[in-house]
Amino acid sequence: MRVHLHPQRRTVDIEGRRRVGQLLSELGVLPGTAMVIRGDVLLTDAEMVEDAEEIEVRAVISGGSGA
Amino acid sequence: MKCTRCRAAAEVQLRAHNSAFCRPCYLIFFRRQVERAIAAERMFTKDERLLVAVSGGKDSLALWDVLVDLGYDTTGLYLGLGIGAYSSRSHEKAAQFAAARGLPLRVVELAEEGPGLAVPTVAGLTRRPPCSACGTMKRHYFDTVALDGGFDVLLTGHNLDDEAARLMGNVLRWQRDHLARQRPVLQPTHPKFVRKVKPLFLCSEYETAVYAFMRGIDYIVEECPNAAGASQLVYKEVLNRLEVASPGTKHAFVKEFLRTGQPAFAVADERDAARECAGCGMPSWGELCAFCGMMRAVQTRAAARAAAPSTTDSAAPA
Repeated sequence: MRVHLHPQRRTVDIEGRRRVGQLLSELGVLPGTAMVIRGDVLLTDAEMVEDAEEIEVRAVISGGSGA
Repeated sequence: MKCTRCRAAAEVQLRAHNSAFCRPCYLIFFRRQVERAIAAERMFTKDERLLVAVSGGKDSLALWDVLVDLGYDTTGLYLGLGIGAYSSRSHEKAAQFAAARGLPLRVVELAEEGPGLAVPTVAGLTRRPPCSACGTMKRHYFDTVALDGGFDVLLTGHNLDDEAARLMGNVLRWQRDHLARQRPVLQPTHPKFVRKVKPLFLCSEYETAVYAFMRGIDYIVEECPNAAGASQLVYKEVLNRLEVASPGTKHAFVKEFLRTGQPAFAVADERDAARECAGCGMPSWGELCAFCGMMRAVQTRAAARAAAPSTTDSAAPA
């Protein structure tokens, strides 16, 4: 599968199907700190991502002085 | 995974709430969370004029979206901080959001307010961390725009993660004066101040991002380049690790502080800004407010730098 990481603007290819939770763990992303997006739908940790699919992992954490 | 409300397929799981939601139910859940916070903390009413500080990011735009949906009288305020391409893109996002919905947006470009007012210049000349300089400038312009525009309330998009990280930082250093003022509603301590509120203070960063995504809000995803290494990000990471081990930790940390700890700090620190700044006339505890003090340091150092012989001259070959 192809995983686009934002805001890092990095793409990684990973072999084999995975559950979202496992994928995030392998990428070192803590649960609740990123949205996993397939097309225009969000995926929960229990969802399966197939080898041929493309997804986006979009971090939600921002820092600094705040809005 | 099924939606907790309607049993349809869930699109989002919230461990802290022991719930999962499909898209329509999540949007209802999120709006209700914000509505509840506004009502419980008596933040504002529909008769008041609200100034919403927007950065082009997910939190402030999600907040503005919910407020419009709930029928409040809102105006956006965007501050151009002069942080290169990042500021241009964030301005674009805020402006597009407002234009698409026909909402009023006030724009203040710091670089046009005075020479050397962009955040990187101020931080460089004062040797302050960029986030600290940025915060002082934001507070000043939020206050002055709210006052000049006759607004009743100033709203920011600070979320649960922001508040929990700030609380952790304040507790680690026992900053009693900061703890005294850390609450979701700050009543004005001077006639030139307006009420300041944070309606998203119990909504996690993940929840606001999900709301923005589901509503199709086009926000700036990239991080402010100055935030790299900011202590707030370290606190957020620690808190998120705790949250994984024990869901609901951040919520309990902030909510219980506000219920049990904060009132004690507030009693010890009830002071009003009785003076007015000699520079800008805004409320101040000293002769100059924090913003004008910082600006004076900028001008002094810029003048000293201009008067000093340049490195190129002094480095001439022998």
